[in-house]
Amino acid sequence: MSMTSHATHASAMQKVVVLGATSGIALEVQRLLAKKGCELLLVARSPQRLAAIQPDLIARGAGQVLTCAADLTAIQHHAGIFEFVRRSFPDFDTVLLTYGTMRDQKDSEASVDVLLDELLSNYVSAAALLTLFSADLEQRRTGCIAAITSVAGDRGRRANYVYGSAKGALSLFLQGLRSRLHSCGVKVITIKPGPVQTPMTDHLPNAARFADPKLVARDIVRALDRRSPDVLYTPKMWRYVMSAVEHIPETIFKRLSF
Amino acid sequence: MHKPAWSDQLGEILNSAASASLLPYGMGRSYGDSCLNAHRELIDCRRLNRILGFDEVTGIVRCEGGVTLSDIISVFLPKGWFLPVTPGTQFVTVGGAIANDVHGKNHHCAGTFGAHVRQLELHRSNDGLVLCGPGENPRLFQATIGGLGLTGIIGWADIQLKRVEGPWIDAELVPFQSLSSFLDLSRESDGRFEYTVAWLDCFAGRNARGIFFRGNHSTEVAKKFRAKRGPNLPFAPPAWALNQYTVKAFNAAYYRAHAASKGTSLVGYDSFFYPLDSIRQWNLLYGKQGFLQYQCVIPQENIGAIEEVLDRIAHSGMGSFLGVLKQFGTAPPAGILSFPRPGLTLALDFGMRGEKTLALMKALDEVVLQSGGALYPAKDARMSAAMFEASFPRWRSFVPCIDPKMSSSFWRRVTEAQ
Repeated sequence: MSMTSHATHASAMQKVVVLGATSGIALEVQRLLAKKGCELLLVARSPQRLAAIQPDLIARGAGQVLTCAADLTAIQHHAGIFEFVRRSFPDFDTVLLTYGTMRDQKDSEASVDVLLDELLSNYVSAAALLTLFSADLEQRRTGCIAAITSVAGDRGRRANYVYGSAKGALSLFLQGLRSRLHSCGVKVITIKPGPVQTPMTDHLPNAARFADPKLVARDIVRALDRRSPDVLYTPKMWRYVMSAVEHIPETIFKRLSF
Repeated sequence: MHKPAWSDQLGEILNSAASASLLPYGMGRSYGDSCLNAHRELIDCRRLNRILGFDEVTGIVRCEGGVTLSDIISVFLPKGWFLPVTPGTQFVTVGGAIANDVHGKNHHCAGTFGAHVRQLELHRSNDGLVLCGPGENPRLFQATIGGLGLTGIIGWADIQLKRVEGPWIDAELVPFQSLSSFLDLSRESDGRFEYTVAWLDCFAGRNARGIFFRGNHSTEVAKKFRAKRGPNLPFAPPAWALNQYTVKAFNAAYYRAHAASKGTSLVGYDSFFYPLDSIRQWNLLYGKQGFLQYQCVIPQENIGAIEEVLDRIAHSGMGSFLGVLKQFGTAPPAGILSFPRPGLTLALDFGMRGEKTLALMKALDEVVLQSGGALYPAKDARMSAAMFEASFPRWRSFVPCIDPKMSSSFWRRVTEAQ
């Protein structure tokens, strides 16, 4: 990418739709976007929680903050959500998908219903939503789609392969989408955080050692600004960690207990 | 440790807790155990950190209890508003500032932080959401200000900010060589300067030498301001590095350096109010043993007692880096358990040397007790129940306002014997 296109993109990045606006990482990303004066349309399930973050982001400098209370995992609501965005925020240029769930792996092993729920919230609903939004951006031949997957999606691990497989599927989906939208100038960014200190991970052992969501948010906002890289590992060391992990032969990997 | 991210989760936390098992926790900057709850639970309120509204005409901000003062500054200083009162660190939460009814260099004209809280919403385990203010549940309001987090969880509070022109302070440094010259300086400055405080070389005994800092918000707006980011103290130095000679030498050097730069200058708000914030993890300076803070107030009518306090410290040879002396104003206390009262307050830190240090503090307690003074709970880790009783004779009238599910290590330590 040339320097000129960096500059154009940076100044154009103004109107962001956040899908999953009350997630731990989204909260920090939104604050940074607000500080830059961005306009935001926030989608999340709880109207009370949206009502709490809206004035906060305005105080911190957001140009405009629209909200839409809806359950993003309910695919039957997707058309309505998308219609709302198109009507009230027609020239959005960035879509950031941030929601996800991490149930106890053991629950997914014991119950197919839990398993399907995990796949629905972390992959199926995300792919469905992004399909709607990408068609719109493709038609307008502009913009950027970014979604938070996980380093857990790079390799299936005993401890959380259900979550990992859903996030891995989302990474693959984004990879294909990136290729499809490349020719029309729409960028697709796959965000792969390592473990981050958010409500989603509080229950995990060693949670205190996880990354600060503020640092992760800074990396994400920089990527949205530059519309690059295609795949963002954050914190950065995870790029190297995962590249090492991916090279462990399967015969050894399957014996590892993490 | 509970970590609620939304106020709608607080009800459930309160409901499911056992009696006297919880304590709200913010940035943990209280020096002692008033922010701890040994063998019980804390509610980490730092994720409850949203600004819920701001009135640009009146300057009243409504924010959740976990919003930090540094956050308020970074959002509102560019709009021309500043904190009405600020303690020596900006890394505290609004909830913590209210719960300890913190004071700052402008106590003589602005009172405590609690005096600028217009109203607040309290989550209580026994009666749900309670709106408190001077006109509504005033008793609970006064109990919550300085209430050490024991009256419930502060959901949000309305804080009256103050108008300022910009981030600069017109500051002046005046060296002084005795307690009486400090008192003269204070008297002379309190009318003309919004902020006054003194650093004290506590090895000098009653011939207290020190540096008097005073300042006002500057009208300078053109000069470009950049917040300072200082060094990080990467590890704790070994205990032997800090002894009476090195600390004495530091104090002498500090005095000389500042005495040499006496006079007026334009300084950023951050270096004026928060010199220690610029050294991240400065608390490690005292090594693994850590340190104890000692902050007392000596009532105006017995101000001579401060000389006795200073003498005892000087004789002990256990002086500290940062002796801070400040003349409190006469504003009535905002809360039932507010610490500031008319008189002179002295704050010191002592590297922890076990019994020796505790014995010195006990000896200081005697003088404070005799003078009718008080100790500051936010800085305390060792005061006796009797000392607490003497400092806060009204504490029993505070008890009915305590949320039955709240308690703290501090509270159990100073009240359970009684």
